[in-house]
Amino acid sequence: MRGGLLRLAAVMVKEVRQLSRDRLTFGMVLGMPLMQMLLFGYAINMDVRDLKTAVANQSGSMLSQRFLSDVRQTQVADIIITTDSPQSLENLLRRGEISVGIHIPSDFDRRLTDPNRPAAHLLIDGTDPTITAVANQLTSLVPDAPSGLTATRHIEVRPYFNPEQRSAVNIVPGLLGTILTMTMMLFTAVAIVRERERGNLELLINTPVSTPELMVGKVVPYILIGLAQVALIVALGQLLFEVPFAGTIGNLYLGAVVFITANLSLGLLISTVARTQFQAMQMTFFVMLPSILLSGFMFPFEGMPAFAQFLGECLPNTHFIRIARGVMLRGADVADLAGELRSLGLIALVALGLAMARFSRRLD
Amino acid sequence: MSSPEQTAIRATGLSKQFGQLRAVSDLSLEVPRASIYGFLGPNGSGKSTTIRMLCGLLEPTSGEAHVLGLPVAGNASRLKARIGYMTQKFSLYGDLSVRENLSFIASIYGLAGRRARERINELQRRYDLVEQQTQLAGTMSGGQRQRLALAAAVLHQPELLLLDEPTSAVDPRSRRDFWACLFELAQAGTTILVSTHYMDEAERCHYLAILDRGVKVADGDPEELKRETGMHVVEVLGGLVGELQETLSDASDVFSVTQLGISLRVLLPTRCGEPEARVRALIDPVDRGARVRLVDPSLEDVFVSATRSPSR
Ligand SMILES: Nc1ncnc2c1ncn2[C@@H]1O[C@H](COP(=O)(O)OP(=O)(O)O)[C@@H](O)[C@H]1O
Ligand SMILES: [Mg+2]
Repeated sequence: MRGGLLRLAAVMVKEVRQLSRDRLTFGMVLGMPLMQMLLFGYAINMDVRDLKTAVANQSGSMLSQRFLSDVRQTQVADIIITTDSPQSLENLLRRGEISVGIHIPSDFDRRLTDPNRPAAHLLIDGTDPTITAVANQLTSLVPDAPSGLTATRHIEVRPYFNPEQRSAVNIVPGLLGTILTMTMMLFTAVAIVRERERGNLELLINTPVSTPELMVGKVVPYILIGLAQVALIVALGQLLFEVPFAGTIGNLYLGAVVFITANLSLGLLISTVARTQFQAMQMTFFVMLPSILLSGFMFPFEGMPAFAQFLGECLPNTHFIRIARGVMLRGADVADLAGELRSLGLIALVALGLAMARFSRRLD
Repeated sequence: MSSPEQTAIRATGLSKQFGQLRAVSDLSLEVPRASIYGFLGPNGSGKSTTIRMLCGLLEPTSGEAHVLGLPVAGNASRLKARIGYMTQKFSLYGDLSVRENLSFIASIYGLAGRRARERINELQRRYDLVEQQTQLAGTMSGGQRQRLALAAAVLHQPELLLLDEPTSAVDPRSRRDFWACLFELAQAGTTILVSTHYMDEAERCHYLAILDRGVKVADGDPEELKRETGMHVVEVLGGLVGELQETLSDASDVFSVTQLGISLRVLLPTRCGEPEARVRALIDPVDRGARVRLVDPSLEDVFVSATRSPSR
């Protein structure tokens, strides 16, 4: 037992020493979160904005004016032309001078309370899907208005029309999980392959060091690094995007420890399958892509087909994003997170178990 | 040399198949304790594969090996503490210093605190690494790295050392020093199995096995091997070396002809009675000026006679 602890400590000390001398990896630990946050932060601010817009307001009522001023405030549409008829809007669109045309019929006020007729028309340049998507945000408001609501209530659209804030708030917890997935998995995915490539493994497996000692010794130092990354990302999120933090940092760290362990274990599993460091990286990206697409980071989880949801449930990132959003945005406590923590723990155990079982103490 | 206490390694019929390739075939050997046993063979002859089977890194396709009295199959982990293995490629950590590498190995073998420190100091002194102790292993010369690897392999005072081409990246002077260390270890009772493709190193071994394409073609102590080549060796010193070589190679009773600088070494099976006269007769039509004399077989001749099929 004492020998086991000594060997475990020896592997950890060795890993830390090597890591402290590996400037590339070290740079990745700090650089990756910084770069991703700035990159995504920039992308968040670059959410399609200032679409060139023309308005044909045939009503001219108070309500229509206020509606237009709200549209302007969203910054999604930049009203550059005012014209008088839907036909001229069509012409402008066709010539590519505008991307969005807003037609407000003369009976706008009356239509607002009429469930059967749209209050206004939105003409959009359908060739660019990003424009379509953003302009759809505008559309969905007007025709979706339930009957019986007053007009003022109807135009009260501010929270919806605040993509800047809304996406940052949702993206930072997602980004936290995604960055950790990327760095943590990559660290351990190349860890054993690298020792194999450099020939260290042939010596190691000929010593009394056991497989669990080797695996755990490689995982533990990276857990600490991962936790440091969590602190960095959360701090950047607050500093750059004023992301709120409703819950307690302790709960986030609890989730992060289990999540990081799951990712490191998956990395180790990759490391026992891959033959070269390059293969290990390829396999990591193979897991990375669904971790971005199917985890609810990019697209709402509920909107995905059942099979994609099932795949998503198998990925640590999916569970951690729920935990991070829960803690950071809703102030969720441990009881709320228990299910997700269990799933993460299960993934970690299965991956680590498989990695140990697959790790061969022979060369053939 | 047959009782288990006196035999460090006994292998019978060891074979290893890699797909279509038979890397080692039906190899048997017996290595006495406290001796230096050499594996001599060109690259690809199966030296590393055999060593790996002996320490349990590779599973033999057939045959079995007993190491330090235990069958390797099923005892690999028990044997690890009693075997020191120096891989062909440097396998310590290039990004750790000499001392860090040694303390890592010390902890792995259960040595901690003062005992570890003392053992490491002792090894650094013995293997002339004191000045390099804070240097990263990756930045050291070939000779220094070999000494470090040997220090790491003997740190836990193993009964058996398996050294796979330990001197292939080392200058002649370091090689000599390295062999001095090996003799010292053998003197102290360690059994050493060392692979090499250098004749002069093979010459120093107590016992030798010559491997060729996975087959053991000869074994014994170097002197005995030289005595029992079954060949006469005739040296031809003369002018038209190229033409002489051609003529001699064409003769059906000449086993092989090798050029060494300005001389030729001709091997003739011992069944030809008068080797000098026979060679004289062959070369006279080409060059009467060449001198001919009978010499003692060298290990190189042993190697050639054991590995080469008779000349065409
Ligand atoms: N893991 C392996 N897979 C396939 N072939 C191998 C493997 N290891 C060695 N070989 C082949 O077996 C033969 C013997 O190799 P090796 O034992 O390394 O020779 P040596 O150490 O004498 O140079 C070579 O032809 C080599 O290519
Ligand atoms: Mg070899």
